Amino acid sequence: MDNVFVEALVRALAVGTPLLLASLGAILNERGGVVNLGVEGMMAVGALAAFAVAVAPGGNLWLAVLAAAAAGALLAALHALATVTLRANQFVSGLALALLGTGAAGLLGKRYEGAPLFNKVPDWNLGGFVISPFTVFALLLAGALAFYLNSTRSGLTLRSVGENPAAADVLGVNVGRVRTLAVLAGGALAGVAGAFLALSYRASWADNMTAGLGWIAVALVIFVGWRPLRAILGALFFGVLYYLQFRLQGNSPIPTEVFSAMPFVLVLVVLALAGLRGQQGDAPAGLGRAYMRGER
Amino acid sequence: MRFTALSAPSAARAAWVTLAAVVVALLLCALIFVFYGVSPGTVYGTMLRGTLGDSTGLAEVARRTIPLLLIGSGLALAFRAQFFNIGAEGQLLLGAVFAAGTGLFVPLPGPLLLPAMFIMGAVGGGLWAGIAAWLRRLNVNEILSTLMLNYIAVAVVTYLIAGPWKGKEVRGYIYTDLFPENGFLAVIPGTQVHWPTLVLGVAGALALQWVLSRSTFGYALRVVGENPGAARYVGLSAGRVATTVALITGGMAGLAGAGEVAGIHHRLLEAGQLSLGYGFTAVIVAWLARGNPALCLITAPVMAIILAGGDLLKIDLNMPFRVVDVFSGVILLCLISSEVFIRNRVTWGTGRPAGSKANG
Repeated sequence: MDNVFVEALVRALAVGTPLLLASLGAILNERGGVVNLGVEGMMAVGALAAFAVAVAPGGNLWLAVLAAAAAGALLAALHALATVTLRANQFVSGLALALLGTGAAGLLGKRYEGAPLFNKVPDWNLGGFVISPFTVFALLLAGALAFYLNSTRSGLTLRSVGENPAAADVLGVNVGRVRTLAVLAGGALAGVAGAFLALSYRASWADNMTAGLGWIAVALVIFVGWRPLRAILGALFFGVLYYLQFRLQGNSPIPTEVFSAMPFVLVLVVLALAGLRGQQGDAPAGLGRAYMRGER
Repeated sequence: MRFTALSAPSAARAAWVTLAAVVVALLLCALIFVFYGVSPGTVYGTMLRGTLGDSTGLAEVARRTIPLLLIGSGLALAFRAQFFNIGAEGQLLLGAVFAAGTGLFVPLPGPLLLPAMFIMGAVGGGLWAGIAAWLRRLNVNEILSTLMLNYIAVAVVTYLIAGPWKGKEVRGYIYTDLFPENGFLAVIPGTQVHWPTLVLGVAGALALQWVLSRSTFGYALRVVGENPGAARYVGLSAGRVATTVALITGGMAGLAGAGEVAGIHHRLLEAGQLSLGYGFTAVIVAWLARGNPALCLITAPVMAIILAGGDLLKIDLNMPFRVVDVFSGVILLCLISSEVFIRNRVTWGTGRPAGSKANG
């Protein structure tokens, strides 16, 4: 196979991995009816938690990933408390979470700035195809999530809570509990996306290392119509874009700022196209609204 | 926990719940400081002493109040219409770009230049928000679009100051040349408080309060925000209201950007130096004011203390400036979580009288 092509694909998969992990998490909680815009913040604390555990003496990488998931879920728990229990505006709560997460990570992570990570997660070499275990996990997870949502009873319950919480409630589903669990799982996956950045992709920690990836992951969910398998293609698409940015920077007469702005411009274009298309994929009908018994 | 809706929540209840939310937020932040390894007493002490303790500190607070007041009062209006503009950061930057472009390249005589810079600043900010308003008509969530536009605005500024607008008299630095002298805004001597912009901010906040509570447009805006169904029924166009509100808030943020370049920097420079996160902090200014532009006259200085205090924490305690985001995030989270306690009475337990059947 052509080397340039392989390199492009490997790199696109690498940048696509955190996007895929985080958007799978977001798909999970959004299919349950809760929008969480705080992905950027959950990713940031995930990255920090993973790095802090990994650089500690005798740092275990499994524990590091677990810590990242826990940190993401902890932040998500605040979102669940605010939006599910206290019925606050989901969008604004997510924004607060993004601020808090990136802020807390920047503050608490200061001591790790510039520290090297010696026990980086080793890449796998699959027949000349060098790939991170995180990437393999993310790809498998996309399949598993699609199966879970479409073919299991619990997945059906989750979707019913997202589509019509009142009906689910009448059938005896504990709407608050299902939504809270979905939000926690979404946060854990965003945390793991951060762990990938800190333990594999960069193998270091820096303030603002998520660099807007969390926000792109949120937009990606809309772009792929809330479908896990399509999220693979969406993440790959943005991965290729980042690869092009990396390759063309400095090698072309186009100013570098055009490349740094491109992912964000493209998100706008993509969202506008999704909006124009009208039909919003599998967008849950009850998305973004708090549920309260007896209220319509 | 069970909520019972109150028919007419009093202003006093709103006030003490808001105050309680801020206190809880400051306590939560204290917890994070303990994790970081400094005593919360030291942190809050440093912030208060350095901001309210002397005239230098007060001037620093006043300087930061200016953009927060302009942006916050615009956002208060936007939130009332349920238009969640969080792209004020980008709109401020575009306002600064338009104002700086006018200052640098339009040779206007003496007293005409500054008004032209402010007008162009408002146009720049308004245009940037206008993109989000237009996208909303295509069903693009404005939180996402305004946020993306922030990143794009940073790229625009960086491109201009490193490329075509790079100063001819500066070497090695990336910023533009200085504006001509008549593009410098008056300041209170010895400070960076560009008082004409402050006056503009106070007037703007009061004017927007009047628009909101006394004008036909303000009425339409409140109906669209509070009851979209009723608004549709009486034929109010939610899209048109959202567009107008976006242009107003973007324009206010653009004025703030014009004020920063004309009053403080006198040139266009890096995005991180132009704005210290005013756009995001102003979201909290507007939310603290519960959507009342006039109340931003109180809440903007409060958040300015936090921004100015963040600088002091950086200098005195060597803490990263990110600490400001922690404050913003925690305060915002506590504020929105507290809203349910304003509109409802809370009873603990299941709320059912003893012995009754569980039929919810």
